Amino acid sequence: MEKNVSNTILEVKDLKKHFKTSRGMLHAVDGVSFSIEYGKTLGIVGESGCGKTTLGRTILRLVEPTSGGIMLEGRDITKLNLRDMKKVRKDIQIIFQDPFSSLDPRNTISQALTEVVKVNKIRSGKQEIKDRVLQLMETVGLAERLINTYPHELDGGRRQRIGIARALAMEPKFIVCDEPVSALDVSIQAQILNLLQELQETLGLSYIFITHDLAVVNHFADVIAVMYLGQIVEKAPTEELFAHPLHPYTQALLSAIPIPEILVERPRILLRGEITSPINPKDECRFGNRCFHDCKECRGSNPVLREVSPDHFVACCKV
Amino acid sequence: MSINNVTINAPATESAHGPAPRRYVRKTQMRIVLHQLSKNKGAMVGLFIILAIVLVAIFADVLFDYDRDVVGIHISQKLLRPSWAHPFGTDDLGRDIFIRVLYGSRYSVSVGVVATIIGLGIGVVLGAIAGYYCGLAEDIIMRFNDILSAVPSILMGIVIVSAMGATTFNLMLAIGITSVPQFVRITRASVLTVRNQEYIEALHAAGISEARIIAFHVLPNCLSPIIVQATLRIASAIIAASSLSFLGLGVPAPAPEWGSMLSLGRQYVRTASYLTIFPGLAILVTVLAFNLLGDGLRDAIDPKLKK
Repeated sequence: MEKNVSNTILEVKDLKKHFKTSRGMLHAVDGVSFSIEYGKTLGIVGESGCGKTTLGRTILRLVEPTSGGIMLEGRDITKLNLRDMKKVRKDIQIIFQDPFSSLDPRNTISQALTEVVKVNKIRSGKQEIKDRVLQLMETVGLAERLINTYPHELDGGRRQRIGIARALAMEPKFIVCDEPVSALDVSIQAQILNLLQELQETLGLSYIFITHDLAVVNHFADVIAVMYLGQIVEKAPTEELFAHPLHPYTQALLSAIPIPEILVERPRILLRGEITSPINPKDECRFGNRCFHDCKECRGSNPVLREVSPDHFVACCKV
Repeated sequence: MSINNVTINAPATESAHGPAPRRYVRKTQMRIVLHQLSKNKGAMVGLFIILAIVLVAIFADVLFDYDRDVVGIHISQKLLRPSWAHPFGTDDLGRDIFIRVLYGSRYSVSVGVVATIIGLGIGVVLGAIAGYYCGLAEDIIMRFNDILSAVPSILMGIVIVSAMGATTFNLMLAIGITSVPQFVRITRASVLTVRNQEYIEALHAAGISEARIIAFHVLPNCLSPIIVQATLRIASAIIAASSLSFLGLGVPAPAPEWGSMLSLGRQYVRTASYLTIFPGLAILVTVLAFNLLGDGLRDAIDPKLKK
């Protein structure tokens, strides 16, 4: 698991986020560890409610982690106070899922971007701030004449471009993309993905790309982590994961990708059963009651993530 | 690492999906609300009456000489019935009721507006704090609010005015404080809905301070119900002011406040009913106008009623 430290921009160690509910502790993120290198993309996939979004927000400390460490360039940001955190926020930014609800309906593009640039003192002076706003709009492909429009006057793709511009306004090194395209239609999805990719190349950004769309991560990510009920069950470089999925859940997920051919049929793995409750989970394999392997070992204890081949980690007792 | 001078050849966004929005034609919510409001006849009548009253209140000093026309005593002309010379008649000291009623709009409108602003100012701040920061702050504010709203507003007004003296400002303060609980409640309720919106979280991520978020992003998005409430509160503040003045706790004596005119005319109600009818009508029309406008605003703002 140890990587060359100088290459690593972000390292997450045993991160946990538990929420108190009336029925017990909800383990939204439960002991997640990974690291990301400069200029690379980590894709996080998993079904709804598996803790992907909470993970993304915990990394920015929009949600305070329960325990664990988040090392940004070797510095643990979970221990910073609010003022220092504000400085660190310039380096880590987030793009939200829903471009319709992540923009203040009362602010024009210009107001939204100017505020971020001004408050964080990225630029000073009226003209410089304005130049910066125009530059940001150009960077994300928004025409200059849209500068005084309100979000409700724009379509989803353009709104998401504002969201991206807002994240870029801070000149970050690292962006958490929380399902940035799942609320958009397919043609606009492609535009936004291309934009993100080009930005990565030109600005050297690192991404965490949270999604439930496997086709998107296949296209986008260097490394993929598969999450199930708050834990990473498999992590491998993208080609390796698609070629040799080892965890039964990953295999089921990959078998569900539709093949755009009429005659080709692929055996699909159908999962039985319900997701176990994330509230006070027992110490057993969380995928156990939906798994097609029927093994006794994982009923006793939750299998830990271990390296089965170089860079390929999996948490399953059958592998 | 800097993003300076980087241009991405993104596909031209305007041609891709339909005609681009027209520039500078901003159909803001304000505009939509005004348009909806203009279709509501009742609200427009209310607005018209309010404008007329406000104009009269502003120019009352220009139209009449306060010492001669409003409080000047002309015993020879006492208790005259309505006529062309005195459309609303004269009172027991020979003062023209018509002029006094017109001049009285000053007190009623200013007390109504200032009292509402006081209540609004305190209530919105407390409500925003209670709604935005849950937990202890919310509990303290809301329980205090419950105590405040458990005291009848007239009683509260009597207590404040008699403790601090019967001046116009104390009257405004008393009425303003009694309207605080409603503003707290309505602000808290709308802040609660806005607080959990994703754009508030996005602003946090963008490093914007909480105070700024509340003042520039949360509150502006909660404004509509607060405006409606304020309009309706002006009407009840006018009634409260008149009630307190009627009890002798409002605007001090010679001033032609509508409530105190009612009180003065009370003893002549059998023989010279015009002493009470006209100030009473003035209160009724003003309050009705504010209520009509308030109801119209509420309908215009409620998106469910939009066509």
